[in-house]
Amino acid sequence: MLQIEYIPLLAVLVSLFAIPLIALSSSRPNLREAWTFIAAFIKFGLVVSLIPGALRGETVGGALFEIAPGLPFELEADPLGVFFALIASGLWIFTSAYSIGYMRGNSEVKQTRFFAAFAMSLSSTIGVAFAGNLFTFIFFYEILTLSTYPLVVHKESDAAIEAARKYLTYTLTAGLLLVAGAGLLYMETGTLDFEAGGLAALTTSTISPGKLWVIFVLMFIGVGVKAGVMPLHSWLPSAMAAPTPVSSLLHAVAVVKSGVFGVLRVSGFVFGFGVLQQIGADVVMMVLSAFTLTVASFLAFKQDNLKRRLAYSTVGHLSYIVLGVSLMTMSGVLGSVLHIAAHATMKITLFFCAGAIYVNLHKDSISQLDGAAKVMPWTFAAFTIGAMGLTGIPPINGFFSKWTLALGTIEAAQWIPLGLLILSGLMNAGYFFPIVARAYFKPGGQDLEGHGEANPWMVVPLVSTALLSVVFGLFPNAFVHILDLATVIMEQIFYSGGT
Amino acid sequence: MIEANLPAMFVVSYISVALLIVLAGVRFKQSAQPLATMGALVAALLSIVGWIVVQANTDAGFSAIRYGFGGWAPPIGIEFVLDGLSAFFLMVVNGVAAVVLWHSAGNIEKHLDAHPPTFYALASLFLLGLNGMILTGDLFNLYVFLEISSLSSYALIAIGSRQAPLAAFRYLILGTVGGTFYLIGVGFMYAMTGTLNMIDMMDIVPLLAQEPGVLVALLLMIIGIGVKAALFPLYGWLPESYTQTNSISSALIAPIGTKVAAYVMIRILLYVFGATELNAVWPLSDAIALLAGAGILFGSVMAILQKNLKRMLAFSSISQIGYILMGVALMNPLAFAGALFHVLNHALMKATLFMVSSHLEHQEGSVDIRDFNDSYRVKYPWSMATFTLAAISMIGLPPMAGFFSKWMLALGTIEAGHWFLFGVILSSSLLNAVYFFGILEKVYLRRSGQKEASKDPMNEVSWGMRLPALMLAVALLVFGFFNAPVLELLQSLFPT
Repeated sequence: MLQIEYIPLLAVLVSLFAIPLIALSSSRPNLREAWTFIAAFIKFGLVVSLIPGALRGETVGGALFEIAPGLPFELEADPLGVFFALIASGLWIFTSAYSIGYMRGNSEVKQTRFFAAFAMSLSSTIGVAFAGNLFTFIFFYEILTLSTYPLVVHKESDAAIEAARKYLTYTLTAGLLLVAGAGLLYMETGTLDFEAGGLAALTTSTISPGKLWVIFVLMFIGVGVKAGVMPLHSWLPSAMAAPTPVSSLLHAVAVVKSGVFGVLRVSGFVFGFGVLQQIGADVVMMVLSAFTLTVASFLAFKQDNLKRRLAYSTVGHLSYIVLGVSLMTMSGVLGSVLHIAAHATMKITLFFCAGAIYVNLHKDSISQLDGAAKVMPWTFAAFTIGAMGLTGIPPINGFFSKWTLALGTIEAAQWIPLGLLILSGLMNAGYFFPIVARAYFKPGGQDLEGHGEANPWMVVPLVSTALLSVVFGLFPNAFVHILDLATVIMEQIFYSGGT
Repeated sequence: MIEANLPAMFVVSYISVALLIVLAGVRFKQSAQPLATMGALVAALLSIVGWIVVQANTDAGFSAIRYGFGGWAPPIGIEFVLDGLSAFFLMVVNGVAAVVLWHSAGNIEKHLDAHPPTFYALASLFLLGLNGMILTGDLFNLYVFLEISSLSSYALIAIGSRQAPLAAFRYLILGTVGGTFYLIGVGFMYAMTGTLNMIDMMDIVPLLAQEPGVLVALLLMIIGIGVKAALFPLYGWLPESYTQTNSISSALIAPIGTKVAAYVMIRILLYVFGATELNAVWPLSDAIALLAGAGILFGSVMAILQKNLKRMLAFSSISQIGYILMGVALMNPLAFAGALFHVLNHALMKATLFMVSSHLEHQEGSVDIRDFNDSYRVKYPWSMATFTLAAISMIGLPPMAGFFSKWMLALGTIEAGHWFLFGVILSSSLLNAVYFFGILEKVYLRRSGQKEASKDPMNEVSWGMRLPALMLAVALLVFGFFNAPVLELLQSLFPT
């Protein structure tokens, strides 16, 4: 009988074990992709099996061995970890199917390396989700950086190499700062554990506010780079040089969400809201994120490249999440957590669509999309749903997370962020709907003739994720209890701390 | 029985091997490499036995194993001391040497057509000197072994490119000056304390801590050892030596040569002078730590600028030895454990990297970084994978062992309140990333002229060369995961 304590470990290892199998079956693509699927389904199954416990607020797993003196290698599935792992592993299934369609449809080279690195990235993402202390978190956070490098550079063009270099510069620096912050914190408190509500050792210690600020800034930059908080965001649009499946799962879900997940961990489980408000760090987070979500929306307008527009939109939406955390009210945090899930399903849909358009019509600019909806009806239907969701139109899940975030700003009596949220919602409409309108209502050119819908390996995943967005909007507790999980997480952060 | 004589057995085994190689070499030239490898392997096994015995002794409350030569009791006679610290260094030096010598078989033809037995006899003498330096409990005897290892290393380095003899000559001059500095320092100490025995001196030095003569002696000794350890700015001999010499010598000397000098630094600073008291009078260790910090930055920046892989690795050595010396000079258990762990890591990493560079030299005839391109990943998939593992460890990223020594060193700088050095450690990681990713990028991504990715056939070196390098790289991964028990043992070696 499987010991439940080992489920988090297994969830991390599953895709790691798949790597040699993927590498060995490189000459037989169907078998190779079968390994990816098997790993994805097992991983998802393992994570789903943790949901009932997480809904009861339980934490499963624990320290496995000592990874550095005094610091255990700890894999623990607490509700927040399960939540993040659920999104990443669930969407990996869709992305796997989509990758097959995309990579083969696009006759990409080095597909074995691609699928192997993808499996490695997922392993480290789940590791980030289940990390029970900051050290284990950093451990996987850095491996995530390394394992996504081959994916960003996949095309091996000069642009891709340049983008990958930028990506490494940003993320490695961030990782180092995170390590520095962790080192300082460890020397002060003697622990790096995650505790819901913040480290008890931190509230009782006599550590000076100046030093707290230093640690906070180091850590916030450390996680903020991956979360795309301005001015640390510019790697993300460049990383769009990667193949679209990478952009859709990693640069809309796994990597960037590990950044915002890190923001939640650092503020809710290391510092605690009490301490952050005491030193005034919440204001800094709020200003930066409010600034980001406004400016990113402006910048999104200017992009003609579809993926880059989506990237700037991602930057903006990530800051919604950071903003929700920085409000430090119940609805704010709840909205943040919900938006992690909502943005994931919607943005992955949009990226899937962008990739399908690219493979099928060989178009990557918005200005070329006139009339494209006629030839790719399913894709554009899905695109429209995703765009509506991100704008915040009911009944798609994006509406509810944004609504909750807005409630959070009201609870915190922060009127400027509320105004910016609404403004940014309008701007979302402004930069998404022209794409939809162009595709549906403008007459198509000659070059569209002879093209049909993308192949089913791509269409089925993108329609499914679009449907998921609607289903989770109408029934937020459907299948995997997203709303209940988010509520448990929020309650843990607010009620179970030492503060 | 074995236990009591253990300290002497290292030197005895190496000297027998060295003689045997010369004798057997008269008829069987091919026997030199296996014999030298066996010698190092025996020493490596002896060190493991030594480590286990010492650990058992420590647990049982006994002190170190002391062996007085010729039956003369110290402090009159010369003695060898095997304690936790020396056992650790013996394991690193002999273990890595055994692997490097095993690996060297594939390079003999290319580099040593002249006379392999001479080379391997010298290599054994070099290792004899290093073992003696680690084991001896006598300051003057240390000088003798220092000269044995140095003289053999001058000769080892002189075998190589056309400029190698010049590089070796330069090393000889600087090394001799350094050795002399050390010797004068020992003379001062002898004049003041009347003893040369380290353990004896430990008791006397505290009484003299205020004496300016002690400071002078210590400074002379540190400068002397600093030359050997390539402490910034005394590194002048190192880059050319490692670059110009043959690839067996560089793989043998680079990983362990400077480490033993670092060991002597530890012995003198932390044990003999028990420098905590000394520091209260003269902030000498702070000065060393800052110099080491400067060396870290200087070595990394210089490494970025290099176009020759071996010279790049040489400058990176200057930077890495800075980590070790800094960790020693910070004088707290965290930094100390980090420094010792880095001794192990860096020995493994540098050996791996120099071995891989020898593969390239063997197959391509050149190690010019500008020539690297994506045909290398096709031609040398194993070597390049090995290189990648070691490079990630050099940068200091998890899960490789290099991350954890840097983590401990960083904690050590925080403990000591040295914020500048804290920053140095972090920024140096980034600088390492610059030059190592620069190479990885070339090897994996840079087109070799044509538009298409390279279709060259695989052109790897023999498994006899691939395997040792790969083994050490995998060891880095293993030590990355199981560093905690090692680090705790190393922390316990910090003298109280």
